[in-house]
Amino acid sequence: MAAVSSPLRVCRGILKELRALKGPEYKRTLAYNYVLDQFRKNQVSSERYCRAQKEALHSSQSYLCLLASSRCHVALHKLYHGKGERGPDEVADIVGLRLPTQPGGKGWEK
Amino acid sequence: MWRSLVRLQCQARVALSARYGRARLPVLWHAADLSIATSERKKFYQDVNISQREDGLFEINLDRRKLKTPGGKLFTVPNEALAVAVATEWDVQKDTLKFYTMNLTTLCNTALDNPTQRDKEQIIAAALKFLETDTICYRVEEPPGLVELQTNEWDPVLNWVEKRYNVIIGSSSSIMGPQITEETKDTFRQHLGSYNFWALTGLEFVITQLKSLVLSFALVDRHLTVEQAVLLSRLEEEYQIQRWGNVEWAHDYDMYELRARTAAGTLFVHLSSESSSVKRKLLQD
Repeated sequence: MAAVSSPLRVCRGILKELRALKGPEYKRTLAYNYVLDQFRKNQVSSERYCRAQKEALHSSQSYLCLLASSRCHVALHKLYHGKGERGPDEVADIVGLRLPTQPGGKGWEK
Repeated sequence: MWRSLVRLQCQARVALSARYGRARLPVLWHAADLSIATSERKKFYQDVNISQREDGLFEINLDRRKLKTPGGKLFTVPNEALAVAVATEWDVQKDTLKFYTMNLTTLCNTALDNPTQRDKEQIIAAALKFLETDTICYRVEEPPGLVELQTNEWDPVLNWVEKRYNVIIGSSSSIMGPQITEETKDTFRQHLGSYNFWALTGLEFVITQLKSLVLSFALVDRHLTVEQAVLLSRLEEEYQIQRWGNVEWAHDYDMYELRARTAAGTLFVHLSSESSSVKRKLLQD
């Protein structure tokens, strides 16, 4: 039932994720070399039914999922959850109110 | 000093994941995660490398200093693939260390330190508890759309697992759930027992994430992909989303987090179980 995704696509996907994480120098990372190496090694046996290859493909899909989901999760976290609590001004602003700032009154003590 | 700081930070993470790992309370998970999310550490290294020791285990080096676990042990992993994946997690951190994104590191720490001091039998017992309240064994009677969805999506997986392990699980729409026979439990106990301690740690993590032993077994047996397993685990939520709309900061956020955790757990099981090391030998021919 596991969806068959071509190894090439998964490989590209992983490299794309690494690039998104590391920037232009992603080709010098450990993972880049290791992933390419593994995919090349598996190419050799691609003609025959090979259990090892299927296992490797499933693992690589999981890894791609891990990288992609982590990236999306962090992005959403940054956007919605990463800022901590809002200050009173900001909260008031959301509902269209402003904190009192009349001269000599509250908020002018300092 | 940085070392003790990092250790403390990781310790909090491991302790929390250990404490809440078995609880079936998503709210607690959430609270735990948020408290960690707010405390991040500054990145204190530039280069990340791996090295192999004489006994074949792999270590992670951060600027020539060796990475340690929160418990103070030397951080070692059994194979290169896992070492590369962990090293990558440390390598891709930008200015601050976000420990909540480093799922594989956390799993390795848990396996190395075993913070809850449990042995294999206790972990297996904890994992088996999920069979009695397995997500995909509990069915609804209404609304009809969801009933149909559950039957169409869950039954094939349930049947596959029943056939693969030659057991009877069944499903139920009563609050008591289906009666799980002792034979079924024994079969799964034996299968769980065949995993080594590391793989079992990962498998229990996957089970607690998906809230389903059946889905977890289908996943580690490579019958499902991570995306499919997560979708099936969140089936009711997906149905409600279709009906009422998607909220990005809650639904998508949860889904990506669940996917990341499940993927990390699955990868951890595969990389640290016996079959993977056989696979690596085949690949090296």
